[in-house]
Amino acid sequence: MSAVLPISESARTDEVAARSPRHGSWGDALFENLTRLFALLVFALLAAILISLVIGSELTLQKYGLGFLWSAQWDPVQENFGALVPIYGTLVTSLIAMLIGVPVSFGIALFLTELSPTWLKRPLGTAIELLAAIPSIIYGMWGLFVFAPLFQAHVQPALIESLGSVPGLGRLFAGPPLGIGMLTAGLILSIMVIPFIAAVMRDVFELVPPLLKESAYALGATTWEVMWRVVLPYTKVGVVGGIMLGLGRALGETMAVTFVIGNAYQLAASLMAPGNSIASALANEFTEAVGDVYFSALIELGLLLFLITTIVLAFSKLLLMRLARHEGART
Amino acid sequence: MWILGTLFYEGGAALLRAQLYYQMTPPPGDDGGLANAIGGSLVIVGTATLLGTPVGILAGTYLAEYGKKSWLAAATRFLNDVLLSAPSIVIGLFVYTVYVARAKHFSGLAGAIALALIVIPVVVRTTDDMLKLVPNSLREAAVALGCPTWKMIVLVTYRAARTGILTGILLALARISGETAPLLFTALNNQFWSLDLNRPMSNLPTVIFQFAMSPYADWHRLAWGGAALITLAVLGLNDVARVLFTRKD
Repeated sequence: MSAVLPISESARTDEVAARSPRHGSWGDALFENLTRLFALLVFALLAAILISLVIGSELTLQKYGLGFLWSAQWDPVQENFGALVPIYGTLVTSLIAMLIGVPVSFGIALFLTELSPTWLKRPLGTAIELLAAIPSIIYGMWGLFVFAPLFQAHVQPALIESLGSVPGLGRLFAGPPLGIGMLTAGLILSIMVIPFIAAVMRDVFELVPPLLKESAYALGATTWEVMWRVVLPYTKVGVVGGIMLGLGRALGETMAVTFVIGNAYQLAASLMAPGNSIASALANEFTEAVGDVYFSALIELGLLLFLITTIVLAFSKLLLMRLARHEGART
Repeated sequence: MWILGTLFYEGGAALLRAQLYYQMTPPPGDDGGLANAIGGSLVIVGTATLLGTPVGILAGTYLAEYGKKSWLAAATRFLNDVLLSAPSIVIGLFVYTVYVARAKHFSGLAGAIALALIVIPVVVRTTDDMLKLVPNSLREAAVALGCPTWKMIVLVTYRAARTGILTGILLALARISGETAPLLFTALNNQFWSLDLNRPMSNLPTVIFQFAMSPYADWHRLAWGGAALITLAVLGLNDVARVLFTRKD
């Protein structure tokens, strides 16, 4: 890009612009349409993804119909497929991740906005951003080599002993301590989503007008009361939106889960048992799949995952948009 | 949370030496490095950035400069966000069905396309946001001098938003250099040195995945080395992006 236009050229554009300030120049039309074309490309891309996945999974869509969703069979040899186990695994691990991740992120955001001394704010904020940037495969490796053995040796036996014999609840914690399994996968996921959720929460908490908080403090409220009764109701929608964003990430996470979930096609009540998630099934089996039905089943899994995450995201976007409208601020 | 950082640094830093950079990936039991994987990763990520960035910038330009608040722009922004958070493995599936399955072979190019699809929404988003931050008075001044809109955008607003857009590209770069899932069934892997985009190409993330899942201790060590390398690269990119961004403010 040259800073100075040649005089003749700028003179010409002057004339053109003088005649019709917006439409006269063909360069303008060209550039506008070019950029519009690329914007439409984003549109087309999404449609193409959806269509290609539907076409790719045509075979199983026809063969099993909706039954695909709740059949627990997954038998590549007999070519009998059902998505229940991976769907269950995906939902359970994400649920665990949310159960742990949300309160912890809330605590972190609370600390960052209300309690932390100023000198600690920046490094802590940066640390959270760095954690969010670490590739998921690293989390997976760390989970497999460092976290799982520790978990197997120390935490799981204790859990099984203390909770395993409680009626009802005990079923969730039965079985041998394998180290890997759905609980481990859920925990790793929670570590992964915490930076995301915490960052969003911190941002929305900072949107709360100081006046509101100060008046609550002036009335003698404790920090906890201010947080729970003033800040949280005020930012409710944004917080939920942030949680949904984290959930979307947890649902679609592939590598970290693949490492630690165990990849077994069984529907076990126990959280200690190895299971499978949609994404890890895809990662493990896709390159090894033989036969059209097998392929088609895997692609349908991908389609399901795409739909689930899209719905979660759409929901969170709507919430955030509502927040923006009501509070008059963007997050 | 800090444990995480220290732990894999301990595992990885010890291995950031030796033949990691000039030897090929070894069969189990042999000594070797990750040279082909590093090379492959660089080529794939580079190609993906070259493919994705222009598309992203132009689409973002449309949103910020022309679309503004029209329904088309609003819808595109929404779909872009959907794309932004689409699970990367689904993107890999998509590229597999439309490209790899047609071409009948895995290739580095397919991997680059998959990664480019991840770059696009990130760049669209940041370009859009950054162009919106450019004060309108700059635009008005340019138009008042008789500048056609496109020239105004290219010479004035792009220049004003340059660091912001660059930050977006760097962030996208950081994001894709650690992506594994979409590469598993597009670029596949290759045990040998190959920079031919039309053939399966080795790349760091898949090698890490494969080696870490294997039962061999020396493969594990290499995987840790690769992991540390990627993490350093990603964090480095993030840092540069942050510095650029804050300096602008």
